[in-house]
Amino acid sequence: MDNEFRLANAGRIDRDRPIPFVFDGTEYLGYAGDTLASALLANGVHQVSRGVHSCRPRGILASGVTEPCALVQVEEPFDEPTLAATTVEVCAGLRARGLSGKGALTSRPDPARYDTMYAHADVLVVGGGPTGLLAALTAARAGARVMLLDDQSELGGDLLAETAPLEGRPPIAWVSGVCAELAGCQDVTVLPRTTAFGYYDDNYVVACERRTDHLGTAAPERTSRQRMWCIRARAVVLATGAHERSVAFSDNDRPGVMLAAAARTYLHRYGVLPGRRVVVFTTNDGAYQAAIDLAGAGVPVTALADARPEVPDDLAKACAAADIEVLAGHVVAGTRGDARISGACLAELRDGRLQGHREVDCDTVLVSGGWNPAVHLFSQAGGGLRYDSQLAAFVPARARQRVFVGGAARGAVTLADCLADGARIGAQASRTVGLSADAAPMPAVLQRTPTPSTALWLVPDPSGDYRRHYVDLARDATVADIVRATDAGLRSVEHVKRYTTVGTGHEQGKTSGVLATGVVATILGVDPAELGTTTFRPPYTPVTFAALAGTDRGALHDPVRVTALHDWHVAAGAMFENVGQWKRPWYYPRPGEDMAAAVWRECVAARRSVAMMDASTLGKIDVQGRDAAEFLDRVYTTMMSTLRVGRIRYGLMCRADGMVFDDGTVIRLADNHFLLTTTTGNAAAVLDWLEEWLQTEWPHLRVYLTSVTEHWSTVALVGPRSRTVLRRLAGDLALDNASFPFMAWRDATLAGTTARVCRISFSGELAFEINVPWRHAQRIWTELCDAGADLGITPYGTETMHVLRAEKGYPIIGQDTDGTVTPQDLGLDWAVSKKKRDFIGKRSFSRPDTARGDRKHLVGLLPVDPDLLLPEGCQLVADAELPAPPVPMLGHVTSSYRSPALGRTFALALVEAGRHRVGRRIHAVVDDRPVPVIVTDPVFYDKEGARRDG
Amino acid sequence: MTAQDTADAVPELPATLWRDPEPKRGYDVVIVGGGGHGLATAYYLARNHGITDVAVVDKGWLAGGNMARNTTIIRSNYLLDASAGIYEHAMKLWEGLADDLDCPILFSQRGVLNLAHSPQDVREGVRRVNANRLNGIDAEWLDPRQALEICPILNISPDVRYPVLGATYQPRAGIARHDYVAWGFARAADRLGVDLIQDCEVTGIEVDSGRVTGVSTTRGLLTARKVALCAAGHSSVLAEMAGLRLPVQSHPLQALVSELLEPVHPTVVMSNAVHVYVSQAHKGELVMGAGIDQYNSYAQRGGLHVIQRQLAAALELFPIFARAHVLRTWGGIVDVTPDASAILGLTPIDGLYLNCGWGTGGFKATPGAGWCYADTIANGVPHPLAAPLTLERFATGALVDEHGAAAVAH
Amino acid sequence: MLIECPWCGPRDETEFHYGGQAHVSYPDDPSVLTDEQWARYLFYRDNPQGRFAERWCHGSACRRWFNAVRDTRTHQIVATYRTGESAPVT
Repeated sequence: MDNEFRLANAGRIDRDRPIPFVFDGTEYLGYAGDTLASALLANGVHQVSRGVHSCRPRGILASGVTEPCALVQVEEPFDEPTLAATTVEVCAGLRARGLSGKGALTSRPDPARYDTMYAHADVLVVGGGPTGLLAALTAARAGARVMLLDDQSELGGDLLAETAPLEGRPPIAWVSGVCAELAGCQDVTVLPRTTAFGYYDDNYVVACERRTDHLGTAAPERTSRQRMWCIRARAVVLATGAHERSVAFSDNDRPGVMLAAAARTYLHRYGVLPGRRVVVFTTNDGAYQAAIDLAGAGVPVTALADARPEVPDDLAKACAAADIEVLAGHVVAGTRGDARISGACLAELRDGRLQGHREVDCDTVLVSGGWNPAVHLFSQAGGGLRYDSQLAAFVPARARQRVFVGGAARGAVTLADCLADGARIGAQASRTVGLSADAAPMPAVLQRTPTPSTALWLVPDPSGDYRRHYVDLARDATVADIVRATDAGLRSVEHVKRYTTVGTGHEQGKTSGVLATGVVATILGVDPAELGTTTFRPPYTPVTFAALAGTDRGALHDPVRVTALHDWHVAAGAMFENVGQWKRPWYYPRPGEDMAAAVWRECVAARRSVAMMDASTLGKIDVQGRDAAEFLDRVYTTMMSTLRVGRIRYGLMCRADGMVFDDGTVIRLADNHFLLTTTTGNAAAVLDWLEEWLQTEWPHLRVYLTSVTEHWSTVALVGPRSRTVLRRLAGDLALDNASFPFMAWRDATLAGTTARVCRISFSGELAFEINVPWRHAQRIWTELCDAGADLGITPYGTETMHVLRAEKGYPIIGQDTDGTVTPQDLGLDWAVSKKKRDFIGKRSFSRPDTARGDRKHLVGLLPVDPDLLLPEGCQLVADAELPAPPVPMLGHVTSSYRSPALGRTFALALVEAGRHRVGRRIHAVVDDRPVPVIVTDPVFYDKEGARRDG
Repeated sequence: MTAQDTADAVPELPATLWRDPEPKRGYDVVIVGGGGHGLATAYYLARNHGITDVAVVDKGWLAGGNMARNTTIIRSNYLLDASAGIYEHAMKLWEGLADDLDCPILFSQRGVLNLAHSPQDVREGVRRVNANRLNGIDAEWLDPRQALEICPILNISPDVRYPVLGATYQPRAGIARHDYVAWGFARAADRLGVDLIQDCEVTGIEVDSGRVTGVSTTRGLLTARKVALCAAGHSSVLAEMAGLRLPVQSHPLQALVSELLEPVHPTVVMSNAVHVYVSQAHKGELVMGAGIDQYNSYAQRGGLHVIQRQLAAALELFPIFARAHVLRTWGGIVDVTPDASAILGLTPIDGLYLNCGWGTGGFKATPGAGWCYADTIANGVPHPLAAPLTLERFATGALVDEHGAAAVAH
Repeated sequence: MLIECPWCGPRDETEFHYGGQAHVSYPDDPSVLTDEQWARYLFYRDNPQGRFAERWCHGSACRRWFNAVRDTRTHQIVATYRTGESAPVT
């Protein structure tokens, strides 16, 4: 029968909105406001899953995030593994199945959106129960910018399951009143279904808001499914409540065993009876109300076993009035039944021993082993904990951040104390952020002084068999497992956790962690205070990978940088290469061409006629100031102060350890004004590097650095006919070698556009680098295309650039070097000033290892087989026969290409004592076979440099 | 299904692990730091060199530092000869370790893929594979399709921001259960007579005329002929007690774990370019590591943005992980040297030995580092495999710059 | 962490990059140093467990370098101050 355990009138579900759902293949009916757990219980379904190792039937122990065993896999509306049935809201189209420990990932692409919000708050209140509500109200009335987060679908916390009147009204009426007032406050943000899961440095609290799951198939497509809230708060109020824990007794894992407070929640919030005949087992006052309420709802409570030898009078009387037999000094020693409890064994606990066993029939055992304040966030925030023996629990002690803990989260037991805490810490938090605050008035509430609980962790077993005394139902770990760990010599709770896996389940030991400490303490005969807890770590509850990833996915994963000419390249069919964040044209295949063919054609055009390349991604740094020249002398190995205005010089930068860091050109625009270029990938790093030295070492130097990479587009016009093409655009600019020599620059107007033209060549050919403002790039590019059309002007990409420069032996920093190569290794001694007293890296050149003559040098290689293209990265050895490993290696191939100019393959390599081996034969290991190569000078093409002048 | 059928059942751990002895007043060798390296060193001192008058002292619980916090990846596919030598030595020891220690360590040689996302990554990967092969280390270069065959959930679409262009593959690499490894070494050392002393914090290193004489601890003075530091992220603090300054910085390194999941990820995938490394442990949880936090810290935690960045990158590579859940994040303290290689050897103080600077690579080195360190301590000269890893290299410039050379850490 | 840039005010740590130990000066004349002394400058930095004077750069905003005294055990920043100033606390 549908909903046979549902009460006719109780609960906060919406009976006008029935929702069918499917669990384990069977359709059931729930209502809006139900969790999957409450709806299953209403339908008499108790067994949800099986133990991960034991395969024993497992039911529903709890009512919220502490649930250790009622795990489900949601299959519709979309697959999600490993959710506690107690946290899944029943929604349209819900289909789920019970899980035995392991969830399943689906290869269906997740269609949902996830996003992130960054927020600031004066007072952030975590937890919307009585404490949090009153704290938020107090802070809001003080004028604070307040955020209130609660993990449930509606605010109220335990008040949602409370019946005792508050201000003479049902508690929920008070909750509604507070919520209404908060809703009316400007600067107050209330977020239900939002779980604060991480507490980081300087009051940075991170929460996950579940925005659409409760709508099921009706969820709007454009709304993000989950939202990360990253909140920086000036003060934080933690009103996170407490978690009830169980006691380790025999067969305490069977469906039908439930925490007492959970039963009360199911009764009052969802109108669901957990069973038909109940036994209650408690170590504290808390479980009594559950027994009395259930009796009031017509459920026979066969017995209430209170482990304490003395029972509080008022509670005893109330039980008597409800016809509940109270057994002081008694425990539940075990249960019987199969998929569901059919009975329990009661016994008297005296002097640590059981006596007077008595079997009773029941289908439900409600248990309360005490309450653990939810100190997770407090502890993450660096707060210390102490053991409170009155509560038999770890409570917050010293706080390290500006955080205030109140209510059950600090160990308060009564509603009156929780409310008083809320008002007090709400005012304290407001005052610490500079607001004058009065505590909101306390609502009138029944006062009662609780009696201390007893620290009972484990019910002794007369036979000494603890293999079914479960401590962690999520991990199927028992007292016997813990005994085995301590017998093995383990004393630390961290070791026991790792030996037994207690506390490593999906809920990270919310019901089992402190219980395990208590059990270990009992076994070792020490105080739990000596053992402490394992460390609380984020997240407080499981968070999906996708929520944490947020929007940084797909196209937004990392910014894409493109040049002003990108659209042209795309239209021209370019293939692109990622260089840092930039997209650079790699080569421009024509129909039917592969990469090799395209690159060959592009190389030929550059060597024989004219070609052009978009070099805009090169980093450009504008350097100005009185001491600019002095500064550049210090950061480049090359002398820069002697550079004349109008001229350009190659420059090399090293780290202080003497290893090459970057290279580029320096052009002197005026006495106190330079422009540097850097490699594409290193532009930001070079600017950072220069700023660091300038600001932290040489603040007295008057130098100003500005990145102008995206101010200027750069087109490299290359080839023997480049001057011809340029002349067609350059008007009266003299381009002959005498007027415009190599390594000079000129301002010009090209096709009506202001341009700076540099005679720089990275190919060895006559070449011009034309810099124009970014917005004019398209125009100058197409003008050049048109002007060179009759000469077959050819756009080329980075691969051709690499071939051309390699033929000239020009290294690419980062390809022909790694972080272990000096300028001397590269044969660039000529770029290292001998005159300067010092520059960054100079001192390192004379260290014993750096000064060695047999370091790896950059050399050229010619495979003896001229058609053999050596793989870049292949290793070099001396001999044609490989000895047994480890084989001594001489170096590796850094660049390798087919050269149209040479009509053969060639390579650059870093080779041990390479310059001393020029002309000698060594071997490259290709596919595990040594093949002969000849070591050469790295310059293969136009050694005398005749072609650069055209 | 019965309990016997579950392949992921916890293996039977030894019923006896170690004694809990009171410290003696003196030892031949005191090892400071009861992590994986300290325990392995103690074991090999006893087993290989017959030196059993040894105490391992730890300020907390055994193997509670980085040994308890790493992502358990084991591989030896390092580029440089010096790194390859000691890591491959470790790999060979891993391959016989469960038998040697008579303890399950769940060593699973499921292979590791190191992904390349740019032509530069490809060059570096090929270079490393070729060097590995000549050094006798198993390594292959795979194109994206071959990588997909090894790891079918890998996203090799060319349309993602940083597509997979290839991968290096070391089939013998894998994972092991970190705690069991530590306990296996601890138990074996204990059985050979080594005293494992927990909750014993070193407060001073006693030096007399340039020679170490012992350590003072929260449990009293322990005299020793030799003192071996083995404290990872806390090495600088300890060395300072002896007046030594180290080229080491301590940083947080974070990692995380998911819930238990049906098997989806059969190997180990590392992507240095986007700071992801992930495997699926034998129980079923995804174990992932992040990049290190930038600042110095001893707090064993880092910033959430590092985790967020890591998961964004992970979902680019593994869209299937979208709705997996992070159950727990944590942080360790890694000791990083300027060249990202370890320091293992002698110090200017007679009888004081140093093993630190393993950065993110400490776990995989455990048996190899322990072996070489024990040998160095026993003989008073660096083991040949550790010879390139001396402190002197920072003065001569002969760095073992694995990071600079290959940009592959972890 | 929330870091107080001396120029911009308190900002999230993701806006900053780290520069290690503060107050390490480039040697006046590296050429007179021994290899060992030069190595000290290049590679050796303090690594205290506790308060540490260190450099940060507000790279996402003013791009200024400045110094902070921060406790490496707790990440608590005790003070921040401009480059060239001496630490207000130790």
